[in-house]
Amino acid sequence: MGLNKVVTNADEAIKDIQSGATLMLGGFGLCGIPENCISALVRKGVNELTCISNNAGVDDFGIGLLLQKRQVKKMIASYVGENAEFERQLLSGELEVELIPQGTLATRCMAAGYGMPAVFVLAGVGTEVAEGKETRTFDGKEYLMEYAFNSDFAIVKAWKGDTQGNLIFRDTARNFNPMMAMAGKITIAEVEELVQPGELDPNFIHVPGIYVHRIFQGTDYEKRIEQRTTRKK
Amino acid sequence: MALNKEQIAQRIAKELKDGYYVNLGIGIPTLVANYIPEGVEVVLQSENGLLGMGPFPFEGDEDPDLINAGKQTITTLPGSSIFDSAMSFGMIRGGKVDLTVLGAMEVADNGDIANWKIPGKMVKGMGGAMDLVAAAKNIIVAMQHTNPKGESKLLPKCTLPLTGVHCVKKIVTDLGVFEVTEEGFRCLEYAPGVTIEEIKAKTAGRLVIADDVKEMAV
Repeated sequence: MGLNKVVTNADEAIKDIQSGATLMLGGFGLCGIPENCISALVRKGVNELTCISNNAGVDDFGIGLLLQKRQVKKMIASYVGENAEFERQLLSGELEVELIPQGTLATRCMAAGYGMPAVFVLAGVGTEVAEGKETRTFDGKEYLMEYAFNSDFAIVKAWKGDTQGNLIFRDTARNFNPMMAMAGKITIAEVEELVQPGELDPNFIHVPGIYVHRIFQGTDYEKRIEQRTTRKK
Repeated sequence: MALNKEQIAQRIAKELKDGYYVNLGIGIPTLVANYIPEGVEVVLQSENGLLGMGPFPFEGDEDPDLINAGKQTITTLPGSSIFDSAMSFGMIRGGKVDLTVLGAMEVADNGDIANWKIPGKMVKGMGGAMDLVAAAKNIIVAMQHTNPKGESKLLPKCTLPLTGVHCVKKIVTDLGVFEVTEEGFRCLEYAPGVTIEEIKAKTAGRLVIADDVKEMAV
């Protein structure tokens, strides 16, 4: 069936990702990251990757696993504070890093998904982020022109999805996943629960299946918590 | 006595108005949530995609799918809503968030702020700070008046890479409350037991003392 986008597992989903590819990876911190696909990329051993993701994981989880194996050539992110190995590779010059404001990161993904070549934003005006960028003035205010991302693959994690690729996210694990799903030339979605068409209410789909090329039910989600904060009963 | 962090947060909480949508940064700003005045209803925005951030969960109720921008486990409240990062920054950029409170390494007397990078030393990134300071209508900085070396953080010009320009409206430090004006930092309040002389000595940027300057109520 032409609309069945199901692949068997993460290894199958990422099998044509080659060294040197540009990847978008959903998630905020370790929340809502595509754990299964990251592990599969580590197993496949592709390298020279450019990764677009809000964060770079921690030393031994998330994108940190790819960094440990030196599989990442360039990281495009907004905040990388939780990863000592990242900092070491950056300061030693082994890793290229482009830090960009978080809202600009989200909007450059969104622009790609919406078919817009660029957007104009205020974030970074007057700072080193503005260096070398075209600007334009609207109503007396200067804006930076920021280009849509150009990514070979987008890899996202959803809560539920159906075989046609419709996706629903849970709580703040949504974060960057929807706009990255829309932005990939090829989008791979791993889900906690894969269901048949008709089982998800069309009124509550966060990402329509048109954006998703491959989907599979993930396994063994660890869902590690970075900052466990609680109050007493 | 200079204020402690809790007292700085407590003073900033008095700036909250009923019905405000507020984004609180990491550190002292987060503590502001503990001092929301009686009779004032505010909605806390977390830029990873949540309006209506609730308190930390009870032990055992932590949910890895529900965190704030500081990656701490949190809860939702009746009336909360969840959205993606593009919409989150859309509402920030669109000027819907009434107040942003954030920390800083340096603030200049023209309202410039630096809080994301120490060249050669710290390379953590700006996160959402640049988007927030570029767009928010009202920005209050919560910070210590001096750095650990005792040097003023209220400067004529920032020395560190900037996060945003001409954006800070008010600063609450351990020594007092300051407004950013054409004339520089305008001291509105001083902490109990802190003298104007001490504030003058520890403020490197242009400083004027308000005619009606008063002791802070804490």
